[in-house]
Amino acid sequence: MDDSLTARREERMKRLLLATAIVAAALMNSSSFAATELTMWYHGAGGDAGLNPEERNGVLSVIDEFNSSQSDWVVKLESFPRAVYNDSVTAAALAGNLPDILDVDGPNMPNWAWSGYMQPLPLTDEDIANFLPGPIGKWQGKLYSIGLWDSAVAIFARKSILDEFGIRIPTLDQPWTGDEFNAALESLKASGKFEYPIDMGTAWTGEWYPYAFSPFLQSFGGDIVDRTTYKTAQNVLNGPEAIAFGEWWQNLFTSKLAPGTSQDPGDRATGFIEGKYALSWNGNWQALPAVEKFGDDLLFLPAPDFGHGSKIGAASWQFGISSTSKHPDGAAAFIKFAIQDKFLVRFSDLGGFIPARKTAAEQSVNYKPGAPLEVFFGLSEKQGFVRPVTPGYVVDARVFEKAVADIANGADVVDTLDAAADEIDADIERNNGYGF
Amino acid sequence: MAGSVFIARRAGTAWSYALLILVALIFLIPIVFMVMSSFKPDQQLLSDSGSIRAFLPVGDLSLQNYVGAFERVPVALFVFNSVFVTAVTVVLSLLVCSLAGFSLAFLNWFGRDTVLAVIIATLIVPFETIAIPLLLMVAKLPWISTHGFEVGWLNTYHVQIIPWVADGLTVFLFVQYFRDLPRDLLEAARIDGASWWQVYRMVIMPLSGPVLATAAILKCLAMYNQYLWPLMVTQAEAYRPLMVGLQYFFQLNIAWGQVMAYLCIVSVPIIVLYLVLQRAFITSIASTGIKG
Repeated sequence: MDDSLTARREERMKRLLLATAIVAAALMNSSSFAATELTMWYHGAGGDAGLNPEERNGVLSVIDEFNSSQSDWVVKLESFPRAVYNDSVTAAALAGNLPDILDVDGPNMPNWAWSGYMQPLPLTDEDIANFLPGPIGKWQGKLYSIGLWDSAVAIFARKSILDEFGIRIPTLDQPWTGDEFNAALESLKASGKFEYPIDMGTAWTGEWYPYAFSPFLQSFGGDIVDRTTYKTAQNVLNGPEAIAFGEWWQNLFTSKLAPGTSQDPGDRATGFIEGKYALSWNGNWQALPAVEKFGDDLLFLPAPDFGHGSKIGAASWQFGISSTSKHPDGAAAFIKFAIQDKFLVRFSDLGGFIPARKTAAEQSVNYKPGAPLEVFFGLSEKQGFVRPVTPGYVVDARVFEKAVADIANGADVVDTLDAAADEIDADIERNNGYGF
Repeated sequence: MAGSVFIARRAGTAWSYALLILVALIFLIPIVFMVMSSFKPDQQLLSDSGSIRAFLPVGDLSLQNYVGAFERVPVALFVFNSVFVTAVTVVLSLLVCSLAGFSLAFLNWFGRDTVLAVIIATLIVPFETIAIPLLLMVAKLPWISTHGFEVGWLNTYHVQIIPWVADGLTVFLFVQYFRDLPRDLLEAARIDGASWWQVYRMVIMPLSGPVLATAAILKCLAMYNQYLWPLMVTQAEAYRPLMVGLQYFFQLNIAWGQVMAYLCIVSVPIIVLYLVLQRAFITSIASTGIKG
């Protein structure tokens, strides 16, 4: 009797232990061994992503490969419309709800780092060796973000047209001088063959203005803000060089050399291809349709040199880690994974982006030696000039945009630039110098 | 004599109709532009916009913009989100605000007039001034869901609903309407032994069709057009409403045709709602003096 009771107890104990083991194993399986989720925010909702629909597909493919390449982390993407992305990040930062991985427009990064939205990115110099300068997002000596691609602007032109009017074809080593550029525009205008000699893209608003037009100001010798101190815009945004830029800029529109700020967006998209404009100041992301249309006749010319070198904007969208991420090691692992050459090549081949690393450019369809867009890599490398690296840039950019639009619309150059410089200074003062 | 009076009357009527047609056109022309543009490719839409062609179904017409809009944006999800949030908020708002209005109009309690004054005073506070404090608050509020106890309401439906259930304008509408109802009805019900809840449910609410319709439409419009608040509290696409979805089209090259197609789709539910409630809405406007 006792034996049978003891046997039953032992049996019950065995079953209990077995059940406990199964439950424990299940718990271990679902907690300790489960991949940790990393949230990632990206500005590409709506398919277009501001540059090319393939950009979003590229991001999704990198995430898929990262998730299947290891079992520690799972990246989950949340996409936002480009137009409201920055506002969404700001609101989320206020609410303490930032994701692990953020994408950030290069010139906005210092503001986000200064505001405490981002933390330094633990990548080594070796990880980012051979990168173009634009995609490297550094502020106060620390790396905060890194881009998989860069963008560049060039003058789209047709060799047959330049030859017809006896205009020299400029090169990276010998770009047009300001006088040569102006003379070329006048020749093209005098021909009467085009609605306008050049399309500057004034139909595009927002960041395009400081990205595309501030390099002209810098080539004249001015700037948006004094980069030696980052504490004032006086004498750089309203100094003699800046006034010379403003007068040149205004003349483009008063002399009907370029369409003004009321330009039809449709003309911006197709005007050069349709022959309405002889030249177009445009980005590499718009280059492939022009290549298809004009083939070998198409030229991508460097920015003119107005006295202080040929300059174009640099730095596009980049990835970084939010300050509130509980898994910065996982976020860094993803970003390090994403900057492999094979992905930089994939982005480039999919959407025509400039690969961030030279070794990737050499493997890409569009940027390898002899390829149709090769010149853009050289432009980025030699002429790329990042916008002012300061948290105040987000305000500076809007002030600059308004000033150049006003000048294009006929506002007094000196008064407009003085007002813009004062506004930027007032913002810097309100923010106690932004830490400079 | 009679003939000249007849002619004068006819002329007056003709002038009235002419004026009414003119006013109607002012409201109809943008809608006609939107509908016509939604069938045109961008290039044609922009070139037509400077002429009468913008309002005519001419040129290269197709449904391509609608196809593009559905490809670019999860339209069905956003329509569901907006309709769901709007419907639940309107129902809860009518209940809560009518109860508040009933109490403020009929019950005698200490501080009633002061409370009503404070509620009306909230009408002059723009939402933008309280948006950030409200965001900070809802980010820390507790909630019990199917996942258990949670802290923070962000990325949910209820964060888009609860802050909007009670509002000063709706309470004020009910108070005004209730005060105009004959008090004899209420007193007769009380003498017959009805509780306050029974008076509210069985006497007052059956008489409140017009104000319910007005409050529902005004609330519905406000909720359906919500933009800033959902933008701040819905980082997950799964919870975004229609108006935030509109931003999907504003890329470097704006797809204007798709914008117009999307706006046509967005407008349908609200036009249907208005047509259903039109009679009650006009009756209520006539009786309360609210001009919408």
